[in-house]
Amino acid sequence: MAVKRKADPVKFAELGVSPKELLRYYRDMLLIRRFEERAGQMYGMGLIGGFCHLYIGQEAVVIGMQSALKEGDTIVTSYRDHGHMLACGMDPKGVMAELTGRRGGYSHGKGGSMHMFSREKNFFGGHGIVGAQVPIGTGLAFAHHYRGNGLICVTYLGDGAINQGQVYESFNMAGLWKLPIVYVIENNRYGMGTSIDRASARTDLFHRGMAYGIPGEQVDGMNVLAVYEAGLAAAEHARSGQGSITLEMMTYRYRGHSMSDPAKYRTRDEVNRMRTEHDPIEHLRHRLLENGTSEAELKKIEGQVRDLVAEAAQFAQDSPEPDPAELWTDVLAEA
Amino acid sequence: MATEVLMPALSPTMTEGKIARWLKNEGEPVRAGDVLAEIETDKATMEVEAIDEGILARIVIPEGTEHVAVNTPIAVIADDGEEVGTVKKAGPVPTARSEVPLMEARPSRPPPAAAVRLAPSAETEYTGKTTTMTVREALRDAMAEEMRRDEAVFLIGEEVAEYQGAYKVSQGLLQEFGPRRVIDTPITEQGFTGLGVGAAFAGLRPIVEFMTFNFAMQAIDQIINSAAKTRYMSGGQMTCPIVFRGPNGIAARVAAQHSQCYASWYAHVPGLKVIAPYTGADHKGLLKAAIRDPNPVVFLEHELVYGESFAVPDDPEFIVPIGKARIVRPGEQVTITAFSRMVKLAMQAAEELEKAGISAEVIDLRTLRPFDIETVVASVKKTNRIVAVEEGWPFAGIGAELAAIMMEGSFDWLDAPLKRVAGKDVPLPYAANLERLAVPQVEDVVAAAREVAYQ
Repeated sequence: MAVKRKADPVKFAELGVSPKELLRYYRDMLLIRRFEERAGQMYGMGLIGGFCHLYIGQEAVVIGMQSALKEGDTIVTSYRDHGHMLACGMDPKGVMAELTGRRGGYSHGKGGSMHMFSREKNFFGGHGIVGAQVPIGTGLAFAHHYRGNGLICVTYLGDGAINQGQVYESFNMAGLWKLPIVYVIENNRYGMGTSIDRASARTDLFHRGMAYGIPGEQVDGMNVLAVYEAGLAAAEHARSGQGSITLEMMTYRYRGHSMSDPAKYRTRDEVNRMRTEHDPIEHLRHRLLENGTSEAELKKIEGQVRDLVAEAAQFAQDSPEPDPAELWTDVLAEA
Repeated sequence: MATEVLMPALSPTMTEGKIARWLKNEGEPVRAGDVLAEIETDKATMEVEAIDEGILARIVIPEGTEHVAVNTPIAVIADDGEEVGTVKKAGPVPTARSEVPLMEARPSRPPPAAAVRLAPSAETEYTGKTTTMTVREALRDAMAEEMRRDEAVFLIGEEVAEYQGAYKVSQGLLQEFGPRRVIDTPITEQGFTGLGVGAAFAGLRPIVEFMTFNFAMQAIDQIINSAAKTRYMSGGQMTCPIVFRGPNGIAARVAAQHSQCYASWYAHVPGLKVIAPYTGADHKGLLKAAIRDPNPVVFLEHELVYGESFAVPDDPEFIVPIGKARIVRPGEQVTITAFSRMVKLAMQAAEELEKAGISAEVIDLRTLRPFDIETVVASVKKTNRIVAVEEGWPFAGIGAELAAIMMEGSFDWLDAPLKRVAGKDVPLPYAANLERLAVPQVEDVVAAAREVAYQ
């Protein structure tokens, strides 16, 4: 049983990641960062309501992981889902317009922040009940297995969800039937306001699948290349018929659990230290500059991302509210 | 270009707050994500972060200021070297609204009169060949026929394969379809229910068998929050073609935890279809309809009905439309509605009533969501009296819903208040005599019918 820790720095060339690909990582992570900052701002202006869980700080996890997948692989996650949707290639305009509850949103305004889907991009939500996405993802993997189509499912869950019983029900079935699934545990250290050491008897979560014959690995989730490397190996493991695997991504969310989080459970120093010393985007930016990318090139990307987010924000405000008749649609599919 | 920083709303309910502290000084450079200030709301102290980089050109509202309304400009961030006099106001001030929906535009449809109403397709009288078989066999044949017809259909649950079904409903299916499509699960209801929902999202057509619906309570979050609501929450993008089936209601002497009717629980939920048949033909035809339906369907069977025999159509294309009640015995003086095993009691009661000179019309509801309001209302407009029979508890039950339907649809035609016959409002007892008292009996139905008929 391979249970190993991995946080070593990764060399670009060894992984065969091209400079062009690295720039894409940078752009995609920055897009999530700027998108989420704008979402936070729009929440503050009252344009977004209800719950809004931002992904700021965790960008390397989803960008590294998604880069390791193949066309047709399926994705499912929890309610902290905006980053995953952007990483799947969903249109920032449609995501932002769903946040504002408008007609142009992915769910026509009927789902909101936590409930968005894209069949086209194989993104299966966006689920608001902590842990419920884990059996669902296991079912997506079951469907790949049933069809023998060589595809895998990546199911994201947090360090809060890891203590839900249905996670272990899923691990057991995935281990029993050798389902092609990678469980990505995004360990951002806090389930809402409860730190992992106050919630988990053992805090090294990559062990959690072991009782079910599922190997696990701990990964530096603030380093997109470390994530990519671990993601590639895990995807290969799941795809090759060896069954499931868990990856524990050590990461950190800079913002509160949701918009109304008073952040009394951790110090500002802790947050600042993570931001200044471990920021995944700054980390990659630094590496890119070291490896010969020009400041101008990065500025250009930053400008493009800024425009994309501004366009999404504008669209999300311009798109009209749903037609009142939409209240009654989509309850049932036509038989 | 300079932008104003507006007083943010930091919770769904905040309208104003206090600037507790500025963490940046005028003239200081700021980067996106830097904390600018602390804001006190009625609930907590929160941080305001910069959303863009530049220079904190001006603090408009000094720290310590209370009752600052949401969206008030509190500071100005300018680009390096920019004049702060020409500040552009940031915020939701769209001018020309462009109507460009990103998702495909859809024609708006008028709302239906009630969400539970759905025009069912017409049911034609079956005149072909039939075979006499048990309900158990009819269910098995329905699944086998649909599995032959569609490779995406599979059966999953506890003891459905090697054991041949805890109640022998899946007898022979493993032998015909193999372990890939007839799947024994661990005892893990929430897990395999969620797995079924995920497989259905991916386009398979799972039949999830619960050994009894009592155990589905472990999985009810997946049935309601995941299966029933996702189509709506996705704006119609997702479908969840799945059948949840198994015995519901009482059995014999198995006591409270294994004896409960869930009809009204599931019938309450938009996004589900709920079926509770009685006859062999209806079990077969409705289960086939459920498997072919693109929606999550809760299919409530009954242990005490599995062994009953009926003439069941042989035609593999025999389908009973979901959403249509059936008048199983026409009558003139009182309508008796029932579903599942209670149809048998209603029929026996109608025979007793006939001997007493009361002509009862018995309606087998068959589907509880969508509910066939029209058939019941039309019947009551003829009989002017109604007795609603169910095995479950009375409070907020199907009978209670029928009382509301009568108020809304047949008030002026009623000659007596609706009478409910339901399980007693207690957990089901074990002792044989107490169990009999807790469950509706034929004499209870007869007495209720006589009461509403004033005879």
